[in-house]
Amino acid sequence: MNHEEPFTNRNVSESSTYYYVDIETYPVSGWDKFKQVFRRAIRGELFVGLWVVMREMIKFDIHTLQYPLEKLPIGPRYRAVHKLLRLWESGYERCIGCGLCEKICISDCIRMDTRIDENSRKEVTEYSINLGRCIFCGYCAEVCPELAIVHGGRYENASEQRAHFVIKDDMLTPLDLLKAGEQAEYPGFGAIIPGSDASVKKTPLAY
Amino acid sequence: MDVAFIIETIAKIVVILLVFSALAGLGTYFERKVLAFMQRRLGPMHVGPFGLLQVAADGIKLFTKEDIIPQNVVKPIFKIAPVITAATAFMASAAIPFWPQFTAFGYTVHPIVADINVGILYVLGVMAIGLYGPLLGGMASANKWSLISAARSAAVFISYEVITGLSLLAPLMMVGSLSLVDINNYQVGGITHWIVWSQPVAFVLFWIAAFAETGRTPFHLVANDHEIIDGFGTEYSGMRWGLFFIGEYANMFFISFVIAIIFLGGFGDGTIAGAFQLLLKVAFFFFFFLWTRAAWPDVRPDQLMWLCWKVLMPIAVLNIVVTGIVMMF
Ligand code: SF4
Ligand code: SF4
Repeated sequence: MNHEEPFTNRNVSESSTYYYVDIETYPVSGWDKFKQVFRRAIRGELFVGLWVVMREMIKFDIHTLQYPLEKLPIGPRYRAVHKLLRLWESGYERCIGCGLCEKICISDCIRMDTRIDENSRKEVTEYSINLGRCIFCGYCAEVCPELAIVHGGRYENASEQRAHFVIKDDMLTPLDLLKAGEQAEYPGFGAIIPGSDASVKKTPLAY
Repeated sequence: MDVAFIIETIAKIVVILLVFSALAGLGTYFERKVLAFMQRRLGPMHVGPFGLLQVAADGIKLFTKEDIIPQNVVKPIFKIAPVITAATAFMASAAIPFWPQFTAFGYTVHPIVADINVGILYVLGVMAIGLYGPLLGGMASANKWSLISAARSAAVFISYEVITGLSLLAPLMMVGSLSLVDINNYQVGGITHWIVWSQPVAFVLFWIAAFAETGRTPFHLVANDHEIIDGFGTEYSGMRWGLFFIGEYANMFFISFVIAIIFLGGFGDGTIAGAFQLLLKVAFFFFFFLWTRAAWPDVRPDQLMWLCWKVLMPIAVLNIVVTGIVMMF
């Protein structure tokens, strides 16, 4: 099945958005200059300017956003501080400790530690990302086979030091939020292509 | 009598100083708000209700900031220049009648410090001395931007003194007196008696020149932020810079008073209604200073000179000649 992203043509030079502005020839003699000034003075262009700003003041259509109190919505695919998701049904951590994200990270800022737990399952004990190095490229989210590490929308991560970390407890969806259905799948890097279910074929049992 | 007169004059001076220093501060608040609304912004919002206390915050900041005297400046001149600007602005206000005379507790108050018979000449003269603030401050600063600004301020102020003088000559010929109180009383008969109807050209010329005299936006080249930083104020800090600022805003208020009194009937017959009309007129002219700042671009220095000497001055002279001919017959 073909999946096609809707394509927006942003190549302005092909469409006819550009046009030449009419530029009057510059006056050369003093008399021409005087005529130009006189014409412009008579035409009342100055009052057009006055009217425009007065109109905006009367309309009072303020577009200021008082930032710490109000925030602009950000796109769902925005790549900010990471999250670790849980499985919907069981609530287990999705991460299987495969280490692919640690390996692919081009800033070398993911560090993890694993052990084998009682059920002989690999468990992640430590998982930290150094946000001072992370360039939010999204490779970790893309490479993760379990859709475990994804990006979130938390972009206010100023710190006093160059190196600062998020650890597993910060990123992992808390169980109560999961039960409340607050965990959201991430539509950005690494997400499943819409309609991909249909392109998966059952393995034919040839034997 | 003499002692009472001296006490009264000192009281008036103190009141004018306090009121107009405060108004200069509030003027910056209104300027920011009006400009913000015209540009679809909010302006100061966080200090006090609607940002009103921003003025106080700025005042505290200016007073407590370190007063830096840079190396290589000519120290005495550098220190005295802002004082000249502020002092001349307030001295000019001595001959302006801010309010009609009124009686309070059986005592008649004339809200004018000195009703001298050369009032308008004195006001314009002292305002012209205000040129020495930017000029000396800019030349003493050891900074090229300041130097450019000083040269420009000298050129602009001196040129536009000619326009203010010539444009006022025609109305003064009609009134026959230089006292602002007399000029006001000449138009006492109501809106049809205002000088603006008989001298519209002089009104427009004087208004244009007022922008150059106060250095406001279409003619803001003395301290044009985007080409010469803050001009003569670049090297100044703290309250010395604040004095330049107070001087500029006080000048705007005083020149608004002068325009309203000479051309728009002033306080009329001296009733309370007339007095409030005067304040309204002044408020309009002050608002217009802010309005143009939002709407109009700055002109180049050479264009400003061109406008002054080749357009405005001939018109002003023609206006005087025509007025003279009309008055003769
Ligand atoms: S977003 Fe890129 S830089 Fe940041 S942790 Fe993931 S792979 Fe590394
Ligand atoms: S790639 Fe995914 S599953 Fe593998 S270690 Fe990283 S987060 Fe865990």
